[in-house]
Amino acid sequence: MTEAETDIDAQGAPATHASAAHAEHPSPKEYVRIGMILGLLTALEVATYYVDVGPLLVPTLFGLAIVKFTLVVMWFMHLRFDSPTYARFFLMGLAGAATLYLIVLITFRVFLVE
Amino acid sequence: MSDLAITPGHGAAGASHDEHTTTTGLPNTKLAMWMFLSSECMLFGALISTYVLYRGSSMTGPYPADVFDIPYTSVSSFVLLASSLTMVLALASAQKRDVVRMRLWLLATALLGLTFVGGQVYEFTTFYDEGLSITTNLFGTTFYVLTGFHGVHVTVGILMLLSLVGLSSADRLPDDAAFPVEMVGLYWHFVDIVWIIIFTVVYLIPTPGPAPA
Repeated sequence: MTEAETDIDAQGAPATHASAAHAEHPSPKEYVRIGMILGLLTALEVATYYVDVGPLLVPTLFGLAIVKFTLVVMWFMHLRFDSPTYARFFLMGLAGAATLYLIVLITFRVFLVE
Repeated sequence: MSDLAITPGHGAAGASHDEHTTTTGLPNTKLAMWMFLSSECMLFGALISTYVLYRGSSMTGPYPADVFDIPYTSVSSFVLLASSLTMVLALASAQKRDVVRMRLWLLATALLGLTFVGGQVYEFTTFYDEGLSITTNLFGTTFYVLTGFHGVHVTVGILMLLSLVGLSSADRLPDDAAFPVEMVGLYWHFVDIVWIIIFTVVYLIPTPGPAPA
């Protein structure tokens, strides 16, 4: 028996591999909740401009940016709910770019503290 | 056994729009959009890296601390984030085939995008008046190229959103408009995530003082 035959959709009909990989998108309420979290995280980012967090500033800002980035990609762009193939395509470019430019910046000693 | 039989895209009611007669079983348009966004990571990666590479290397002012208005840019960031929310709400309406709400949310997204671009034009004008042009120093060059490219992307997104509204008003979108709305949405959210990085790297992380002569 194939994987496609084992999946049964809401209508009781066999679902294809593709439709099984595509879960339901979030409800508008959930989108608003994610939007509010994103707003809160942005407010925290802006707060670092007014509150001195010392050497924790850069890690804090990068941490907040990564969380915001992930929330938008996973929920608003639906990578969490869609086929993992899309995520692989996107991660390929993202990881490729991050690796390439990190090597460039290290080569130019950007992170070297003298 | 992986003998997957892909049925033609005219399945039972309620079937996912991901059922397509393609070798992957996924719509080629959506796969192409993700590949395009993947390549855009390379483009913006290059621009952001160049900005980081030349941070604090300007020999003459104005320097970032002289021109940046963080409260103003923060409002712009909130506006762009809000536009991502209205975009997904447009998609949710399109999936429910609520055409009126879909158009309203699309228009709201375009309006928020216009507000962001208008804010950027104002910011550029102010910086220019304060003596920072694209040829003034390394900061000016890398800053205008990076944020200018992003602004152009937002403008293209606004045109795509308005095209969707126009096509929908002219009844030229398919009954299930969710797919084209989702494609434009993916692009729109991408420009939002690029701004998340730009806002942090360019505006919020303090730039070292003038380069030693």
